[in-house]
Amino acid sequence: MAQYTENELAKDLDNQDYKFGFVTDVETEKVPQGLNEDIIRLISAKKNEPQWLLDYRLKSFAIWQKMTEPDWAHVKYKKPDFQNITYYAAPKQTKKYESWDDVDPEMKETMSKLGISLEEQKRLTGVAVDFVMDSVSVATSFKSKLKELGIIFCSFSDAVQEYPELIREHMGTVVPNTDNFYAALNAAVFTDGSFCYIPKGVRCPMELSTYFRINAGGTGQFERTLVVADEGSYVSYLEGCTAPQRDENQLHAAVVELKAMNDAEIKYSTVQNWYPGDENGVGGVFNFVTKRGVCETNAKISWTQVETGSAVTWKYPSCILKGDGSVGEFYSVAVTNNYQQADTGTKMIHLGKRTKSTIISKGISAGNSENSYRGLVQIQKNAHGARNFSQCDSLLMTDHCGAHTFPYIECKNPSAQIEHEATTSKIGEDQLFYCMQRGISEEKAISLIVNGYCKEVLNQLPMEFAVEAQKLLAISLEGSVG
Amino acid sequence: MIEIKNLHATIEGKEILKGLSLNVKAGEIHAIMGPNGAGKSTLASILAGREEYEITNGEVSFDGNDLLEMSTEERARAGLFLAFQYPVEIPGVSNVNFLRTAINEIRDAKGEKPISAKEFMALVREKSKIVELDSSLASRSVNEGFSGGEKKRNEIFQMAMLNPKLAVLDETDSGLDIDALRIVAKGVNSLKSPENASIVITHYQRLLDYIVPDYVHVLYDGRIVKTGDKNLALELEEKGYDWIKAETQVG
Ligand SMILES: Nc1ncnc2c1ncn2[C@@H]1O[C@H](COP(=O)(O)OP(=O)(O)OP(=O)(O)O)[C@@H](O)[C@H]1O
Ligand SMILES: [Mg+2]
Repeated sequence: MAQYTENELAKDLDNQDYKFGFVTDVETEKVPQGLNEDIIRLISAKKNEPQWLLDYRLKSFAIWQKMTEPDWAHVKYKKPDFQNITYYAAPKQTKKYESWDDVDPEMKETMSKLGISLEEQKRLTGVAVDFVMDSVSVATSFKSKLKELGIIFCSFSDAVQEYPELIREHMGTVVPNTDNFYAALNAAVFTDGSFCYIPKGVRCPMELSTYFRINAGGTGQFERTLVVADEGSYVSYLEGCTAPQRDENQLHAAVVELKAMNDAEIKYSTVQNWYPGDENGVGGVFNFVTKRGVCETNAKISWTQVETGSAVTWKYPSCILKGDGSVGEFYSVAVTNNYQQADTGTKMIHLGKRTKSTIISKGISAGNSENSYRGLVQIQKNAHGARNFSQCDSLLMTDHCGAHTFPYIECKNPSAQIEHEATTSKIGEDQLFYCMQRGISEEKAISLIVNGYCKEVLNQLPMEFAVEAQKLLAISLEGSVG
Repeated sequence: MIEIKNLHATIEGKEILKGLSLNVKAGEIHAIMGPNGAGKSTLASILAGREEYEITNGEVSFDGNDLLEMSTEERARAGLFLAFQYPVEIPGVSNVNFLRTAINEIRDAKGEKPISAKEFMALVREKSKIVELDSSLASRSVNEGFSGGEKKRNEIFQMAMLNPKLAVLDETDSGLDIDALRIVAKGVNSLKSPENASIVITHYQRLLDYIVPDYVHVLYDGRIVKTGDKNLALELEEKGYDWIKAETQVG
């Protein structure tokens, strides 16, 4: 990692509070609170959806109604009242923006407060951004350039209108609506999200990026992301999340599906910074997310996540290594402070021969938080010569936080090689003293040590994201040693 | 430079320093010797600001300021450097990144601008030459996987980079081969100027062949019990500490 980091961090260290906790004053249009078939019909009608999609939603709703909320995770929270949530909220002005100049100035300001000034990004980095505020995708840049290559990158709603056959073919094939409680709920009420398709043999020349933000009060966010990388293609996809500070718990139940066809590669990076609640554990986002990818022959999917936000996180980005020689990777940093709870990890399902997976998980717990790694490595009967390496490290900042590791291994093929390493350490007084003796302040010393500790994961992120992630780590751990 | 008066310090209720006084002026090199457990590292730690120790009596002034009122990083920024007896490993943080952060924090405290990358790299090149530090060590994680001798040499490299007013070296010579010893001494000597001073804690006279001290002190049972010049070190080497212990008890 280059040396820009600590300098950059210094500027942000003054800001102790949640940086993104503001409400944008854009008029929103909401459907009535509550969940029933009529609400689902209303959402579907508002989005002008084809009949098959409405049928899919209704079927998912019926499935969801028979399910119960899972409680096996190492988290405790008051279960959301699903009738007390607004399932659709959109900035009122729904006309499509022809150009960037048409976008509501208020909205632009939101984006610059988020630190993702699109103009800047367009010019400097060539990142194409899809911005989902509450439930509706607001702006997609760089579309035309991508179009030349045959790359589709647009909001999920647009994709439903413009590429219905692609959506119908792939949606729900990786995460079916029967998968789990939150995935079923999402399939019933999802409002928007992103869709991306990379044609055969195309290497996407820029990072594709989506920012999610929950804005309206009392709303849930249920976005869906679908990325299809056709044979021999490559794409790097970034996802950032923020939400304003609110006293109530907001629900975020997203579904992400990745499909990497033969010889394709998808790199999916997330920096999750939903509002974590205050220092007494009031408010914050419930982040219940299902992310999964399927790899065909010799394909590769890498999940990288830096999780610093949310009151409760329940999230296991997984890989189904279906094709021979396919590769799955999971790099994760999860930070919890105050009363945050995170139960996160991955599943690597080895079906094909010579499939390979790597899991690097770094948990950092501070305050009174609870941080769990939960992972499954499953080697199926035909996965001859499959290999897995897992490393799960926990770093404790205080004596009253918790770190837990739940690694599950199921191996049905004796030729598989599985390696698992785990460590738990407390942040060293000696390390801090050593840094401070060299003139480095305690806060800076913590961020230096923590960033060093997470280096293997941060190195996986694209440059701009890595800088942002390091700042977030520093901010979320301020004043946390004790 | 630094004036320690009647310093008493305890840890976990046990008194370690029992009225220690020491006065070091700019331009001087002081050596501190003494048997194991006498309190040498304790003194070094207290000067650097380690919080486990309780100061029960005495005062320390550093450049006219009350040192004991300053935080660890304030002391460092004011020019106090400790070469640790047991340097700490910081995985994933490169030596150069660590040093650049330290230099910029020190500069920032003085209201100066951060060091430019070019200036910094030039400094790294210059100083690593003095301590003959392999350039690969400069970019590796701080002390991680370094040999004992490499760690000590890295302490001197850091010292050279930070150019402190007062350097306290806690047994930087132990565990070093003859070449490394010479290199460490070269580092200390290169720092020597009319404005700077060093306190060198050691068990071996041979270091003092390379770093010629103005004063040699014997620390025993939490106090400086004897002070002399370079010859005192030779005498200790020859006779050990028993005669000092005996003298102290009589006195
Ligand atoms: N944390 C602690 N708790 C209890 N006693 C301590 C602690 N730290 C140091 N001491 C004691 O203080 C005394 C002085 O230790 P110190 O490390 O200063 O000695 P030293 O002169 O540096 O010895 P050496 O030559 O072996 O390095 C020793 O008796 C040691 O056991
Ligand atoms: Mg010692």
